[in-house]
Amino acid sequence: MMTEASTTFEKLDLDCGVALSPVEVAYETYGALNAEKTNAILVLHAFSGDAHAGGEGGWWENMIGPGKAFDTHQYFVICSNVLGGCRGTTGPSSINPETGCPWAMSFPAITIADMVRLQKMLIDQLGIARLLAVVGGSMGGMQALEWAVTYPEQVAAALPIAATARHSAQQIAFNEVGRQAIMADPDWNGGNYYGGKPPARGLAVARMVGHITYMSDQSMREKFGRRLRAPDQFEVESYLQYRGSKFVDRFDANSYLYITRAMDSFDLTQRGALPSLFEGIRTRFLVISFTSDWLYPSYQSLEIVSALRSRNCDVAYCNLTSHYGHDAFLVEVEEQTELLRGFLASTFREASRKA
Amino acid sequence: MKIIREIYGRSDYAIIGALVEARTRVLDLGCGEGELLAWLKENKAVDGRGVELTGARVQRAIARGVSVYQGDLESALDDYPDRAFDYVILSQTLQETRDPRRVLRGMLRIGRRAIVAFPNFGHWRVRLAHLWTGRAPKTGLFPYDWYDSPNIHFLTVLDFEALAQKENWRVEHRIFLAGRRQENAMLNPPVLIFLAGRRQVRLLPNLMGEVAVFLVSNGAVKS
Repeated sequence: MMTEASTTFEKLDLDCGVALSPVEVAYETYGALNAEKTNAILVLHAFSGDAHAGGEGGWWENMIGPGKAFDTHQYFVICSNVLGGCRGTTGPSSINPETGCPWAMSFPAITIADMVRLQKMLIDQLGIARLLAVVGGSMGGMQALEWAVTYPEQVAAALPIAATARHSAQQIAFNEVGRQAIMADPDWNGGNYYGGKPPARGLAVARMVGHITYMSDQSMREKFGRRLRAPDQFEVESYLQYRGSKFVDRFDANSYLYITRAMDSFDLTQRGALPSLFEGIRTRFLVISFTSDWLYPSYQSLEIVSALRSRNCDVAYCNLTSHYGHDAFLVEVEEQTELLRGFLASTFREASRKA
Repeated sequence: MKIIREIYGRSDYAIIGALVEARTRVLDLGCGEGELLAWLKENKAVDGRGVELTGARVQRAIARGVSVYQGDLESALDDYPDRAFDYVILSQTLQETRDPRRVLRGMLRIGRRAIVAFPNFGHWRVRLAHLWTGRAPKTGLFPYDWYDSPNIHFLTVLDFEALAQKENWRVEHRIFLAGRRQENAMLNPPVLIFLAGRRQVRLLPNLMGEVAVFLVSNGAVKS
């Protein structure tokens, strides 16, 4: 059972001090909430994802559904588009009610914590007091961490996959290249391109860089090698151009700027040393990294795991072998399914026992 | 359960199960696929954690619902706070660690008690093998050639007792086992293969015991 919905909140207090009003949230749900409301799983999408996680064409369609890792016969799965997004949730392309025009670059600065605060409002509205799990890869994993640290009592389990507690200089650097590519496109026009020609070339280049960082040397070698698409064009060039141009059809350049900023500014350690943030947290953790992921390397996951273990928190950690690079969290279905299914089942058993 | 086999009136799990009190916190170092922890969780309602280096085993342990950390057990010990566990279990691995004394000290720092099981290098078969062949002993318990053995320290029951005395650890229980392992033990996890199918030895343990299981606590600190 799949439901597409959206809801509007009167206002959202942002970290930057601005109260954003109103705020619309687009979300989808799969499966059914049980009578005790103990089987809800919040799935958090990565940078370029959206609320369409499950069902046909969903970004995690092979993980969500009957009999899959997130078994919709058992669990109620929720996924919402993030704040600042362009797929139904309020973002820079939304209309500013005061001016009647799109916010564009006058949209207030947003953070990962703001995104999570909005998700919390949605979960409250759905009448769910405690989530069985918050789970996501990449930026979704950063949100899962934010959830666990900010609302530990509302989360039985947190599953940050291929994630980090803070971006490294390298991660910020790649995001900056993307932002500069967009802003260097004359069509960007200071962010005011709505109703006109969007900065398609800049956004496409940004996406091409992104795709390189999501793959690994080995996966690119295996997928493209030095094969030619045309006498003067390598397969890999054509692939990146295709992905870049497809991205332009579904993503807003200003959202790109705002969301990458939110990722770059995310740093849990600004609130205190990681171990101190996890002090007394009863949330169970399953942290997963991938051997070939050089964008979110395993040392970043281990930093989180070490901090959790130093406070004797309940944490499982696995560095899955994969040659797909950062993309592995979307691609390595079988191994993740095995891990997630067992972990969720035992969490559900224990949560039900305590309830 | 298929993997629980009653031998000489004791199941494999019962050996460690008998040493672990119910509703305690247990860390299993080198926990394999987490069978022991899952059993302890189910039968003794323990709060169990594991450390395991091999990815495939970690995956199966997590899939079993056991919280296992993928990492090297020697460095893993450092992260845990003091007295985080009631029991820290190390089975069949002590002789493979680089710095066994540091491992044992670490176990007794993070745990109130340590359960250590290791193959006894003082067993008569090992002594005979060494005496007769004049070469690095190879027996059922130490089946490796010197150049491909994972064992880098060879200790006997007496060696362990001596170290315990020197370090002021209190030995609360000692169990010595001997006898052939089950040949068809593929279903069993390493820890259980190690203990399974052996009978308990009460006389001359350093000579007759093939496997020693010690339950020690830190004598210096009152628990």
